Amino acid sequence: MRTGAVAQDGAVLVIACGAIAHELVAVIRANRWEHVKVQCLPAALHNDPQRIPGAVRAKIQAAKGRYRHLFVAYADCGTGGLLDEVLQEADVQRLPGAHCYEFFAGAREFKELSDEEPGTFYLTDFLARHFERLIVKTFRLDEHPELLEMLFGNYRRLVYLAQTENPALTGMARAAAEKLGLQFERRITGYGELAERLVEFEARSGTAEQVAQWQS
Amino acid sequence: MTDEVETQDEDEIDLASLSTDELVEQMHDDLYDGLKDEIVEATNILLERGWDAGKVLNDALVEGMRIVGIDFRDGILFVPEVLLAANAMKGGMGILRPLLAETGAATVGKAVIGTVKGDIHDIGKNLVGMMWEGAGFEVIDIGINNPVENYLQAIEEHKPDIIGMSALLTTTMPYMKVVIDTLVEQGIRDDYLVLVGGAPLNEEFGKAVGADAYCRDAAVAVETAKSLIAAKRAAA
Repeated sequence: MRTGAVAQDGAVLVIACGAIAHELVAVIRANRWEHVKVQCLPAALHNDPQRIPGAVRAKIQAAKGRYRHLFVAYADCGTGGLLDEVLQEADVQRLPGAHCYEFFAGAREFKELSDEEPGTFYLTDFLARHFERLIVKTFRLDEHPELLEMLFGNYRRLVYLAQTENPALTGMARAAAEKLGLQFERRITGYGELAERLVEFEARSGTAEQVAQWQS
Repeated sequence: MTDEVETQDEDEIDLASLSTDELVEQMHDDLYDGLKDEIVEATNILLERGWDAGKVLNDALVEGMRIVGIDFRDGILFVPEVLLAANAMKGGMGILRPLLAETGAATVGKAVIGTVKGDIHDIGKNLVGMMWEGAGFEVIDIGINNPVENYLQAIEEHKPDIIGMSALLTTTMPYMKVVIDTLVEQGIRDDYLVLVGGAPLNEEFGKAVGADAYCRDAAVAVETAKSLIAAKRAAA
């Protein structure tokens, strides 16, 4: 996918999880990468990870011949390596780690958090904002409060990995912790490795493009 | 208002008025809908009508959960519905368990099951444990976040036929290999059937860590456990 057909829609496409769209667009704008386009898959796949590899494969196939470079803004995201198989076939790279929590927090800090308390439930800005829809409604917690214990009984704390300083989101994350009966913690992560990896990818794709032009 | 009350009454089914076949079918529907009180009531009705506990368990509860499992696998039902169904089945099991123990029927086999170290997710593990129990296994559930020492202790104490390991996280599933490698090091790996499961796992992973089988869902875990035990006993 790194070389080949002339791009019709743009030089670079990032296929992304809808749950990090806001952050991706912010990084792209901050860097003024007008040649980088983003296509998102539904954030609800977060709760249904077995559908992620197929959905990403379809996006990659649809992008064939239309972009010079592709990047996938997903971590493994619970696909158990199946997303990586899709990406290997297509020679496309993704974000590091097991989950968005990991690349936002940074691998070392995320491991420390998980080791310190395996029963940690994580929220990001997106998940804090959409907690009611993605967690409460999806898992029917209001309708069936008995599910709360079955789903969250083993968790001990909620860590809100905040991408931005936003008191409203902090309030929502704190309310989520209260709803789940969990101890609340907040850590400011910024965009973590998301920004670093995107910068690396953009730099590599620019270099590859130059090489291709010089050779032609 | 009167109309509403009449409509509600019309919708309500008097379980005791159903024939036994209809009642069993209704139990499959009620399990599907996660109606615990109805399952408890229907379980008692079947027992009053002379069904033995094993037949109620197999024909009504296990069969109902099998249907739930298929629709979960096919994306028709989701986690909350499966949990509600499991909760309803638990209600029925609560009545049947002491009766089954009284009969003293030989178990199909003994299984130790637990979620591996670093992982606190137990929905799948609990479903498998319940379905194994329903299929006649004696199940020892060692809970969540289990280091290898917990498995070894449970093996020593209970002498199971099967060791079941579960993980939901990509970061914790490699720990299954730690447990299996320890069994190999201690020279006891082949004394047990090791079954693994969990959302991010697949057959390839099961083979890579040295398990006897990967089980995609609770129904597969039951069939796999039964067939591997039968094969092992036949080969002994």
